[in-house]
Amino acid sequence: MNTAKARTNSEDYLRMYRQMVRIRSFEDNANQLYLSAKMPGLTHMYSGEEAVAVGICEALRVTDKITSTHRGHGHCVAKGAEFRQMFCELLGKEEGYCRGKGGSMHIADQANGNLGANAIVGGSMGIATGAALSAKRLGRDDVTVCFFGDGATAQGLMYEVMNMAALWKLPVIYACENNLYGEYTKVEETAAGSITARAEAFGIEAFTVDGQDVLAVNDLTQKLVARARKGEGPFFVELMTYRYHGHHVGDINREYYRSKEEEADWKANRDPITNFGKWLATEGIATDAELEAIRAEVKADAAAAVDYALAAKYPDTSEVGMHVYAANG
Amino acid sequence: MRDITLSKAVNEAIAEEMRRDPTIFLIGEDVAEAGTPFKVLSGLVEEFGPERIIDTPIAEPGFMGIAVGAAMTGSRPIVDLMFGDFLFLVMDQLCNQAAKTHYMSGGKLNVPLVLRTNLGATRRSAAQHSQSLHALVAHIPGLKVAMPSSAYEAKGLMKTAIRDNNPVVIFEDKLMYNDKSPVPEGEYLIPFGQANIKREGTDITLIGTSSMVQVAERAAELLAAEGISAEVIDPRTIVPLDEETILRSVRKTSRAIVIDEGHQSYGITGEIASRIMEKAFYHLDGPVIRMGAMDVPVPFSPALEDVTVPTPEGVAENARRLMRGEMFHAA
Repeated sequence: MNTAKARTNSEDYLRMYRQMVRIRSFEDNANQLYLSAKMPGLTHMYSGEEAVAVGICEALRVTDKITSTHRGHGHCVAKGAEFRQMFCELLGKEEGYCRGKGGSMHIADQANGNLGANAIVGGSMGIATGAALSAKRLGRDDVTVCFFGDGATAQGLMYEVMNMAALWKLPVIYACENNLYGEYTKVEETAAGSITARAEAFGIEAFTVDGQDVLAVNDLTQKLVARARKGEGPFFVELMTYRYHGHHVGDINREYYRSKEEEADWKANRDPITNFGKWLATEGIATDAELEAIRAEVKADAAAAVDYALAAKYPDTSEVGMHVYAANG
Repeated sequence: MRDITLSKAVNEAIAEEMRRDPTIFLIGEDVAEAGTPFKVLSGLVEEFGPERIIDTPIAEPGFMGIAVGAAMTGSRPIVDLMFGDFLFLVMDQLCNQAAKTHYMSGGKLNVPLVLRTNLGATRRSAAQHSQSLHALVAHIPGLKVAMPSSAYEAKGLMKTAIRDNNPVVIFEDKLMYNDKSPVPEGEYLIPFGQANIKREGTDITLIGTSSMVQVAERAAELLAAEGISAEVIDPRTIVPLDEETILRSVRKTSRAIVIDEGHQSYGITGEIASRIMEKAFYHLDGPVIRMGAMDVPVPFSPALEDVTVPTPEGVAENARRLMRGEMFHAA
């Protein structure tokens, strides 16, 4: 490895580390906002799954599109969103990405190619496939990544759009975040057979990857994105991962569907940030002190963004009737 | 001016717009070589090719969702939904996704999409191919709903729908595809939210949608022979609704009947009737009468099906009763 290449890779690695830390930090703050009753409604934590969003989005360009889910903060951060506008959106403030009209489950950041989180499980699969059709038809080589969970594989829409994506060779990557639970139910109880075989039945190449290993996710995604740009798509990836929190922030007592031991094991042994940090230190890419400095900096950024959002103003009530219809002309 | 069929008018509108704007494509079941079961789209694939006239598998939610995503990313899709009854299959993509995206994104994302489908009973197609479901989508903020009543409207409204930056659902009456009416050779658009006064009158206002405009016109002819002067209004779009033209007419005539082929309960007729009663109450000489389709699944037998929809004779009879004041004290 020559020096220039090593430096480039080091920058990439450290950016991935920082992005994963940013997601964790965002979620820690969002959870705290909920627990302290400062946030309206509920939210769904992405903590534990950071390597999936970051590994994938670091392989994308700004013009590439993603569609996201109800558990979508990680995708949004990884695709380039800013803390301030995200926290403002979670709190229903005017400066939020959607002027407070979407909230946690509908954050969209179209400037960075995030077509939006979706509160209907599996609801964005058509949108992602359509974005890929649009890119192909309009002669752009953009790729779309459709994020969804294992629970969404039970929705019929997935099979309809994968069929069309395969027939029409669309540049879309279906990224199934298998975090082992759909809401409060184990995946074994809801998904018969193999998840990747569902895609293979349509002739779609499907892969399974360790979703806690950001480099493995990123390597695979880079290869698939390059192939999708050349018209070799679609692809399907099942990313094995784990959500640290419950289905949503209010899902506190979870022992009826999963054990505390299981949760502790994933956190102690398979944490994507801790493990990647260890690798960065072992490889001599960053010292523990440098990694600690990144974490401290991100923590301060997040705290400042939360303070900003708490103090920010709500939209004027006159906005309630705005944006029902787009203007013409 | 030449006379062309409603089918030809729709075809011309789509072809003209597709020539003008390369971001438009059409997607649906059997839209290409087959040109749809009603042959409305015949010839389009020959001109625009299969990349723009896209045949899909039989998967309505799938291609509806694909159209929503395409509309959010620079395309202007026209979705062909073979029968209006299939709206139930696409409701999540249409109502939870397309209708709400602009609002939920605080105005950042647009969904410029046309869903063209149909309505209308008395084609002996039974309960799952005969419904008129426009009230369902008119209920959802974020969708616009157009209801052409002739070839002229079908062309002008379709062109406006395609250029609109919002999801528009356009319902064609499948019994009217072969009806001819005068359509200009040159380009024209019909703006949304502008009702058309099809016939002027002074005694009673008949508000009809889609093919019920023809029913209202025939009723007006029956009434004219008896010395009753009926005004016929075609709203042309029910979302947005040109309330002003309707209210102006009712303030003049003091009587109104609203005729629509959707089920009468919780439907378009009730909505328009309430707006009249809220906003022109003191001008009324009698209750506003709703005439929708019967609240039954559409039956197959012709003997049964024909009694489920409003007829000119039925409208004329209600008009006479209103003129006589019979309905003033109706229970």
